[in-house]
Amino acid sequence: MDRNGPIALIFHTLVVCFMLAPLVIICLVAFTPDSTLTIPTTEFSLRWFKAVFVHPDFMASFYNSLWLATLAATIAVLISLPAGIAISRYEFPGRGFLNGLFLSPLIIPHLVLGVALLRLFTLIGATGSFGWLVASHVVVVTPYVLRLVMAALTGIDRNAEQAALTLGAGPLTVFRRITVPMILPGITGGWLLAFINSFDELTMSIFVTSPQTVTLPVRMYMYATESIDPMMAAVSALMIALTGIAMLVLDRAFGLDRILVGQK
Amino acid sequence: MTAQTSSTPWFLSFPGLIFFLGMVVLPLTLTAVLSFHAYDFNIGVLDSYTLSNYTTVLSDPYFLSIFLRTLRIALITTVLCIVIGVPEAYILSRMWNPWRSIFLLVIIGPLLVSVVVRSFGWSMLLGSTGLISKASIMLGLGPVRILYSEAAIVIALVHVMLPFMIIPVWTAIQKLDPGLEPAAWSLGASRFTAVRRIILPQISLGVLSGSLIVFGLSASSFAIPGLLGGRRLKMAATVVYDEYMHELNWPLGAAIAFIVLVANLLIMLAYNRMIEAKARKVLG
Repeated sequence: MDRNGPIALIFHTLVVCFMLAPLVIICLVAFTPDSTLTIPTTEFSLRWFKAVFVHPDFMASFYNSLWLATLAATIAVLISLPAGIAISRYEFPGRGFLNGLFLSPLIIPHLVLGVALLRLFTLIGATGSFGWLVASHVVVVTPYVLRLVMAALTGIDRNAEQAALTLGAGPLTVFRRITVPMILPGITGGWLLAFINSFDELTMSIFVTSPQTVTLPVRMYMYATESIDPMMAAVSALMIALTGIAMLVLDRAFGLDRILVGQK
Repeated sequence: MTAQTSSTPWFLSFPGLIFFLGMVVLPLTLTAVLSFHAYDFNIGVLDSYTLSNYTTVLSDPYFLSIFLRTLRIALITTVLCIVIGVPEAYILSRMWNPWRSIFLLVIIGPLLVSVVVRSFGWSMLLGSTGLISKASIMLGLGPVRILYSEAAIVIALVHVMLPFMIIPVWTAIQKLDPGLEPAAWSLGASRFTAVRRIILPQISLGVLSGSLIVFGLSASSFAIPGLLGGRRLKMAATVVYDEYMHELNWPLGAAIAFIVLVANLLIMLAYNRMIEAKARKVLG
């Protein structure tokens, strides 16, 4: 750390404190024994964590979000894999259009997507359907998977595929036995990133969920606007813990900086 | 063979193409049409077409003040993210491992924590009984309540957006030749001059793309103004939500959403122009 001067290090410490402050305060308040949002000093209690696990709405939303994120991430992989191969390996008219279309949810604000999908769902009578909620999450998370799959596809050595082809393997066998195993880190990284993004999505979901399909972030948002008690801190602390675990897994497996920063 | 290769990519992208046409292009078109529909408070959406939703939104002082606030907050957030993010990315790049990896994780890791969670954390810090207020009482300054003000929204937005600024700047710094700065020093430049004349011009594209992401995401943010702005301080996204869920005036809400979308796309376009102009300048 010695290449930075003292002023730089003070600045750096302040930035790190700023980034961690809201997360730390949540984790502290979650252990309060009181029924108000206070930082426990002498006594720590798990009562608010227990309250979360017996709260039917929060638990229902949690499982709902879990299923939603799993399905959305998996479908996004199934769409991105062939599309990624088409875009990164073929030169054809319309390639730029397809690439732009598949990555467009990154530029369109989620607010606009939510409003637009709500209109579609009302017209076709799909409001409140879990299947259509999954479909709307697939839209949002596909770009993340597609980018990682395309990066993986351009990063691999194509000689292995050529060798398999000359040795008599069919194109499907080559894809299944050679290509997929070689780009597996890209696929899994994309799936996890898609899962996390779907699990955390609020702005679009708040428009397209119905009382039966409320996701965890939407439930938390509603809860936080109506009442303030330490249960919200306990749910948030659990979310932070889950995210932390996911981050560790991502980091051990692929290097988090590679996935988030996009370094090769 | 040629016929086959030209149809293969379309065959491979077909599921995605159908899905995105149905779930992105179609809904956006429907909503664009909706924004031109007339609306009556007693009957609902009418079949006739009108421009009045757009003229209302762009002339009513209530909506104009919300657009102005949205622009102001997004702009202040972007400037603060540059002021904090660029030096921080530079400091990070000058650290040795493992500190560099650890702090990079600490700073971009919160990106993966739900925005609702982070906003809730800030509401506890900034409330009238929050930690910052308590610190101010201890210093004899009396209680302060930052919550439900524009300042609270800006603070939380900077927290959420900072990683989006640090990532592209960091990537740009990684591409620099590490020998550049020492070369400038040995030619007599001070540290400050070396950063200003050598480093900054080369990472300006990273700063620009970071600013673009930060501005776009701030201007359309929903959870933070919703939780930290209270009932009175509306931004574009929260007012669309109100029009849809409380006022039930969907055409008007759709018009506001479309203005947000068009503004976003225009900024993207301007950014691409700037990159092209810069590339031309570099090429001579």
